[in-house]
Amino acid sequence: MSSSIVFAILVTSLATYLSRFLGVISSEKIKETSKWFRWFNCLAYSTLAALIARSIIFPAGALSEADYSLRIVVVISSILIFYFTKRNLVYPTVFSAIILALLNGYFA
Amino acid sequence: MINSKYFFKGLSCIKKFDSPAIALGTCFIAIGSLLKNLGFNIQESVFSTLLTYALPGSLVMAESLLVGASLINIFLAVWLVNARLYPMTVSLMPLLMHKSQPRWKYYLSCHFIAVSAWLIMKNNYETVNKKNRIDFWIGIGTATWCVAIIGTIIGFLASDYMNKNMMIGLAIVNPVYFSCMMAGSMKNIQISLSIVLGAILGPLFFFISPEWSILYGGFIAGTFAFFIGELNVK
Repeated sequence: MSSSIVFAILVTSLATYLSRFLGVISSEKIKETSKWFRWFNCLAYSTLAALIARSIIFPAGALSEADYSLRIVVVISSILIFYFTKRNLVYPTVFSAIILALLNGYFA
Repeated sequence: MINSKYFFKGLSCIKKFDSPAIALGTCFIAIGSLLKNLGFNIQESVFSTLLTYALPGSLVMAESLLVGASLINIFLAVWLVNARLYPMTVSLMPLLMHKSQPRWKYYLSCHFIAVSAWLIMKNNYETVNKKNRIDFWIGIGTATWCVAIIGTIIGFLASDYMNKNMMIGLAIVNPVYFSCMMAGSMKNIQISLSIVLGAILGPLFFFISPEWSILYGGFIAGTFAFFIGELNVK
């Protein structure tokens, strides 16, 4: 078991570093004022948004045990709190953890 | 070698009020306790965060180990979920490149590219002149990396004392934090459209292919937003 864990960790880190490494190689040839750069900027924000939205709607791990509608309600109200508190990040994050833990305990 | 003034300026971003420390810390606490439940010991858990330092990748690794996937399968699954790091690197590194800086700094510090450090750098790079940006970036990366490692250790040690509802509460912090950060970075039409379309298409493509959904959804959303934005600029 133990040696397979070490190999899994090494394989995971290699697969992760690969994208970063190739990114630096490509960056050597791309100027920050070019169209290519703007396109990659859009791709970076859109893939991130896709990843975050997916991790809320189709989560892995502990979050998948919370009800789908609870998760959506908590995330949307947290974003509203973010805007109402003049873009403070501490209030929405602390609120979301407490409220989801309480609601899940109440409904489960 | 590394300009300490800018390094510490980057390092101190972790103390600011919009610091990623809370969100980053909580999600790695969740990872730490997940790894412990999977049978990792503390060295292996720390080693994993230290070397991978990308949360979705660690989650995929954990799930693959649970179902007994082969190393090749783990490699492919992790590569697919972390391929977003490629456009993230390409949209960050050109801002930091300066001919007076040695190349090894870029190839080593690209390890710090993960959502939290990336978003901080994208929002603050203009406050530092181009020559010193890489040192500023190494400071930010070191700070967020340390928080992730400390979070993993806390999660590993605390896992016996946390109930299911607390784990669920912790797990929502990270998506909420990044949703708010993304909402805060909508500064022009290109970026706003990329974010909104990505958030819609990513989950939609999940019905077609769970593994490829992020790449397909992100690619189509980003490319579409790029062309709409270019048309509007002219």
